[in-house]
Amino acid sequence: MNFTLHIWRQKKSDATGDFVTYNIDHIDEDTSFLEMLDQLNEQLIDKGEDCIVFDYDCREGICGACSLVINGYPHGEKKATTTCQLYMRDYKTQSELWIEPWRANTFPVIKDLTVDRSSFDSIIQSGGYVSVQTGSAPDANSLLVDKVSADEAFNSATCIGCGACVAVCPNASASLFVAAKVTHLSLMPQGKIEEQDRAQRMTDQMETEGFGSCSNHRHCESVCPKGISVSNITKMNKILI
Amino acid sequence: MLESFEPIGPLEDKWKKHLFDLALIAPQNRKKHKVIVIGTGLAGASLCATLGEAGYKVSSFCFQDSPRRAHSIAAQGGINANKNYKNDGDSTWRLFYDTIKGGDFRARESNVYRLAELSSNIIDQAVAQGVPFAREYSGYLANRSFGGTQVSRTFYARGQTGQQLLLGAYQAHSRQIEEGSVTHHSRSEMLELIMVEGRARGVVVRDLVSGEISAHVADCIVLCTGGYSNAFYLSTNAKGCNTSATWRAYKKGAFFANPSFTQIHPTCVPPTGENQSKLTLMSESLRNDGRIWAPKNVEDCEKNPIDIAEEDRDYFLERMYPAFANLVPRDVASRAVKHICDEGYGVGSKVHGQRLGVYLDFTDIINKLGLDAVAEKYGNLFEMYESITGEDPYKTPMKIYPAPHYTMGGLWVDYNLMTTVEGLFAGGEANFSDHGANRLGASALMQGLADGYFVLPQTVANYLARNSFDKVEEDHPEVEKSLDSVKARIEQLMHAPDPKHSPEYFHQKLGGILWEACGMSRESGTLERAIKEIETLEAKFWNNIKVTGDDKDLNQTLERAGRVADFIELGKLMCQDALMREESCGAHARVEHLAEGGEAKRDDDNFSFVAAWQYNEEQPELHKEQLHFEFIKPTVRNYK
Ligand SMILES: Cc1cc2nc3c(=O)[nH]c(=O)nc-3n(C[C@H](O)[C@H](O)[C@H](O)COP(=O)(O)OP(=O)(O)OC[C@H]3O[C@@H](n4cnc5c(N)ncnc54)[C@H](O)[C@@H]3O)c2cc1C
Ligand code: FES
Repeated sequence: MNFTLHIWRQKKSDATGDFVTYNIDHIDEDTSFLEMLDQLNEQLIDKGEDCIVFDYDCREGICGACSLVINGYPHGEKKATTTCQLYMRDYKTQSELWIEPWRANTFPVIKDLTVDRSSFDSIIQSGGYVSVQTGSAPDANSLLVDKVSADEAFNSATCIGCGACVAVCPNASASLFVAAKVTHLSLMPQGKIEEQDRAQRMTDQMETEGFGSCSNHRHCESVCPKGISVSNITKMNKILI
Repeated sequence: MLESFEPIGPLEDKWKKHLFDLALIAPQNRKKHKVIVIGTGLAGASLCATLGEAGYKVSSFCFQDSPRRAHSIAAQGGINANKNYKNDGDSTWRLFYDTIKGGDFRARESNVYRLAELSSNIIDQAVAQGVPFAREYSGYLANRSFGGTQVSRTFYARGQTGQQLLLGAYQAHSRQIEEGSVTHHSRSEMLELIMVEGRARGVVVRDLVSGEISAHVADCIVLCTGGYSNAFYLSTNAKGCNTSATWRAYKKGAFFANPSFTQIHPTCVPPTGENQSKLTLMSESLRNDGRIWAPKNVEDCEKNPIDIAEEDRDYFLERMYPAFANLVPRDVASRAVKHICDEGYGVGSKVHGQRLGVYLDFTDIINKLGLDAVAEKYGNLFEMYESITGEDPYKTPMKIYPAPHYTMGGLWVDYNLMTTVEGLFAGGEANFSDHGANRLGASALMQGLADGYFVLPQTVANYLARNSFDKVEEDHPEVEKSLDSVKARIEQLMHAPDPKHSPEYFHQKLGGILWEACGMSRESGTLERAIKEIETLEAKFWNNIKVTGDDKDLNQTLERAGRVADFIELGKLMCQDALMREESCGAHARVEHLAEGGEAKRDDDNFSFVAAWQYNEEQPELHKEQLHFEFIKPTVRNYK
């Protein structure tokens, strides 16, 4: 397969960026999307040019590092996947691709396709935990958790913190990210006690960081690689009232 | 002489007695001590949280953009604990015994017993943090069994146990950042250890965004920087996993133990082409319910597996090891799979002329439990497999092949998890401590968290209490020397005499050499050749490495080049260690020392020791820590 790639290049946070066009040929369909970019970077090194910077680590859809907007879709058109889980066979019918970083004021571009998502860490620091000290926990089975709640909590806890929800939201809201953590912990008896304070502190921090608020566009749910539902936001709103 | 500082006395009392003997620091004095923790995976994040809660001043560093992305996040299958909730005869003693035996009698008894003892508290701690472990309908915690054991002691959170445990530790770590006791630096890579008067007192770090090089000093340093499977280039590890921190420590005097003890995991998605950047693990838990087979007839290897009759399938693990069958330990399973493929019974597409794959089949369990029950247990793993291969494992059996996965070797540590460098500790996969020559499934998460939540906070405090610390000034000659050496090395990487090849090029070459010579089976001739090849590669690297872009900038090519340079040196030591160890044990299979069925033949008379290598410019020097089995009699590991 051969592709024409339009890739966002930006030297620094405060520099202006632009799309640069590259051609890449002989790509195997079992090659992953990021491996295709690796191959392009190898060609750039050959030519003596600076490589295209993009975030990744696990390359199996769990660390949340990879973060590309492909043809206007965070993590590409394919549902419930991360960028690193895309394979070129998914792009059989296309020959031209537009590749950009996450776009949101709260995620400033660092360089090329890499953005700064430390605002997510700040939100967790503001209250996304159970305040338990190491060593003070009782036996694990001393507090039972019904299976339905535990499973539901897991569905919220599965968030990988990639930020696609923010990147796609017209308000650049982090509501889904915050609500997933609030809901996960509220569904566990261990986290229930602090739920209100936690939800308040995390949403306050979200505002302080400059994220917008939710006005029910629901785009977040459709791009979430883990399929986290907007019902989490409803649950969080109930806790906040 | 290596002194492990193991407490004497009955096994059950060692840790309790040791805890009592450790010196303490009064709460009001703790904030006067600063500890640097490099790495915030399970081991590092849990340690930072605990030290922060206790009141110490902590600085933590990781190379990812957030501590939540450490490689621990990818662990799938589960975490062991001696709870005996299933009443199937589990106990501290049995977990201890299984781990020692699984490690083929090459681990220290006292450390392993402590690990088994602490395992239970880890589950308590994680549950209290709100980790959503799998549960029974009754509300009690669920368990499953894992390779190499006959009890059900593995706790899990669907196929994302590492993620949930890491997020628990990350949240506890975050809470301490908010409290102000921990200062965290993401996108920062440690490139050098600063030694002052024979003790570890600081690190040199590169800010990966600005390229700025800075020095950070403290009273002591803890490395929780993970394992080095990526020396093989293709492995199941995250792309960024590296040896740089541990290798810098080695070159500053910390001994490196058992570098050749690396684990190849039997159930990974087979490679399909030459541009592949990593291999993906399919959790070992799949072996609980999936049956492994290959065609009995070479002619069938190209067929659709569904068309191969039952009587033409060779369930080779069940045939070779009737007692443990599909649940034999990883090394035994990996070698059996390789053996089948080497004999020509492999399936799947050909890579370098050989079919590298066998089937892992779920038909029986789907027929027994139904699709929904199987989806509940393995749903996300099946989806992952489908997204990689384009094949649906509910309908067609998976294909699997072994891949490098975990490194039992690492920095040598004593019972306090301190390296041979005073004031330098190592936790998690970065140390060599508990898994001997082979790690059992679900025990790395256990070890990382035992080190971080329960062992290091106590032993680090003891070190701080028993020593006095003069302030190290920013312009101390040792600090400046370390800064200069880092800058010089970056210069060398940026401006090789004849820049020609990318870091990937060298990394792939190294991986190829190591996989052939120091992978699933090792042999003296091949190892000797490999050492020569690596020496040539190393010279070529420094002459021809090509790094484009600027070093005062976010430059992933430069990051990779530095890591590959360290992997090359480590690769040589791995081969030297494998060559020195003229026996087979656990994952270390010397073809000269294998029994007929392919099992490892240990030589306890001559090799019942930990090989701890000391850096020397000429040749590394071997030190031996003799292993004493006071409580368990080493036997031949037999899973038949
Ligand atoms: C795919 C997969 C599945 C697994 N499944 C299981 C399982 O089911 N059960 C189990 O028990 N084990 C499992 N393991 C093993 C287990 O996940 C790891 O051994 C364990 O998580 C390692 O934790 P750690 O804290 O030691 O290191 P890591 O999680 O690797 O963390 C290393 C940290 O060090 C930092 N770091 C590294 N180098 C530097 C440097 N130079 N400067 C600054 N920071 C640095 C990184 O940023 C990171 O924060 C699995 C492993 C893999 C690969
Ligand atoms: S690289 Fe980890 S989720 Fe994509």
